[in-house]
Amino acid sequence: MPGPLLGVHDLKTQFFTPEGVVKAVDGVSFELNAGETLGIVGESGSGKSVTAMSIMRLISPPGRIVEGRVLYDGRDLAKLSESEMQGIRGESIAMIFQDPMTSLNPVFKVGWQVGEPLMLHRGESKAKAFASAVSVLAKVGIPSPGDRARDYPHHFSGGMRQRAMIAMGLTTTPKVLIADEPTTALDVTIQAQILELLRTVNREFGTATILITHNLGVVAGMCERVMVMYAGKVVESGPTEDVFAHPTHPYTWSLLRSIPRLDAERHEPLKPIEGLPPDLIDLPSGCAFHPRCPFAIEKCSRDVPPLNRVGDSQLAACWVTQSGTELPHA
Amino acid sequence: MPETVQAPTLTRAWTAAEPILSVRGLKKWFPVSSGVLQRTTAHVHAVDGVDLDIMKGETLGLVGESGCGKSTLGRTVIRLLDPTAGTIRFKGEDIARKHGGALRSLRREMTMIFQDPYASLDPRQTVGDIVGEPLDIHGLARGRAREDRIRELLNVVGLNPGFIKRYPHEFSGGQRQRIGIARALAVEPSFIVCDEPISALDVSIQAQIINLLERLQSKFNLTYLFIAHDLSVVKHISNRVAVMYLGKVMEVAPGSELYRRPRHPYTGSLLSAIPIPDPLIERGRERVILQGDVASPVNPPSGCRFRTRCPRAQPHCAEEEPPLEAFGTEHQAACFYPLD
Repeated sequence: MPGPLLGVHDLKTQFFTPEGVVKAVDGVSFELNAGETLGIVGESGSGKSVTAMSIMRLISPPGRIVEGRVLYDGRDLAKLSESEMQGIRGESIAMIFQDPMTSLNPVFKVGWQVGEPLMLHRGESKAKAFASAVSVLAKVGIPSPGDRARDYPHHFSGGMRQRAMIAMGLTTTPKVLIADEPTTALDVTIQAQILELLRTVNREFGTATILITHNLGVVAGMCERVMVMYAGKVVESGPTEDVFAHPTHPYTWSLLRSIPRLDAERHEPLKPIEGLPPDLIDLPSGCAFHPRCPFAIEKCSRDVPPLNRVGDSQLAACWVTQSGTELPHA
Repeated sequence: MPETVQAPTLTRAWTAAEPILSVRGLKKWFPVSSGVLQRTTAHVHAVDGVDLDIMKGETLGLVGESGCGKSTLGRTVIRLLDPTAGTIRFKGEDIARKHGGALRSLRREMTMIFQDPYASLDPRQTVGDIVGEPLDIHGLARGRAREDRIRELLNVVGLNPGFIKRYPHEFSGGQRQRIGIARALAVEPSFIVCDEPISALDVSIQAQIINLLERLQSKFNLTYLFIAHDLSVVKHISNRVAVMYLGKVMEVAPGSELYRRPRHPYTGSLLSAIPIPDPLIERGRERVILQGDVASPVNPPSGCRFRTRCPRAQPHCAEEEPPLEAFGTEHQAACFYPLD
């Protein structure tokens, strides 16, 4: 069996600020297989976006990848020179961002921007790249793409811009597409359109997709596997169905109980996670979640739990569940 | 002599059996100017003929996509914006044209909680001054009594009363939203417009604020107009939910009924677009994915405004605007070809 398409090993990315060192990503490891959809869930500051930016080598000072390997196609992306990395970025691994307004250049026509990766990576002529851009815009569902390719980004609605961003990511048919909160700025009916488009892309092009989101519902509908992050660390990962059905980390467990569900039958008070997200400069000792954890034992405030197998298919970084205790059914 | 400084007299005694807020034919248009002379050339029909009733102690949820006019409606019913047309009866009295002192006394009855806890608090004011400002404006408390009241308010919203001298930047998003809630409660209002109060907060903090709002409602017998784009949250907190599209209310019903049996095709597609955090349910769900984008509120479509995206639209929908009609006792929808 061939190895994984992308392997991240003990990645650490830190930001050296005047207030102190922010350990944004603190020893993250995971693998992505060809054609797979992986969801990364977490709140702001959990390190999910910085993980993606580190894979793409888009971290700029005061931030720096201080440790770890990002293996893709037999090479460690963390060690590549900037010019070597440019051959990967947009060619083999593409990324789309939350806010399509700020990630499209307002002074260039959409068609040129979508076709740009082809000129950069394939040396195609301007005219040929533009023609390819028009056909990709058609594939992502932009109506009358020939005309719209000559428009500027401000002529596009939010959903259309996100389609254009996805089109830009797809021109070179990359192996990996990283989508960082691609629907957070969009309305739900437009979100449904974009998620449907990402599903189609994954199915038809076989593009492995990493979907970064804070929305557990989006992950439930989109991803085969999910990875939950808290305070720069992976706290749980596994097949989406298993993680949602029986979470093995108290943070995942609490998060699933705290959100109101559209299909809830009766009105019951929500069960919030008490306390506040941690300060990344001054993390709690031991497990970063222990001050908010309803199951914490003495060891949790002392030692950092490693990410280990719990149950048949899941990994969890929790002393309590690793010792065999099952979390109660929600 | 006594009638000079009395509270505004009601035309007719209002009883709690009637809606605390009753809106009829409410419109709020914003002018669009263009050209060298900046002449008004068109209007954004942000709220374009809305009828709504809210009962005392009720939470009416208001959902819709960006640009549907839900925030404008919320601001207009408490007179932060002047209505273009229509009536707003609050406790039996039409407040749509009130101004001056009468409007100021209205501000003690109706307040607002804002979306962005980072932008809605003055960074140079202490927490005490932010929460105390409404007390000063309305002359409600002074000196020691003022400070006691501020401490009490902080305590009520779950903040340490010792934070009174601190500044907003020292607090997290959830704590700032608590400060905003304390400020809204300072005047002891009976009606609060909550405009996306949790959408800027982290997921793990949202439930804390929702529970706080529910606790405060029963403690102080508050009436809420709860505006949000997240229908799961709105359904959870509301007694009834109104769905808006392009300046119009398309459907009103109790939340669970709306979810079980939506009658308006827009509500149906909105519900099917909302992801449910359960992979097994998500896999089996049928989605009605709407085509295209919302039409322009400057030039809304003729007839039913939703017809340009509606999977059930007929020629008739372009000719006549469907009125809100009853589907059962508490359920209304504006559609000629409703869902079963």
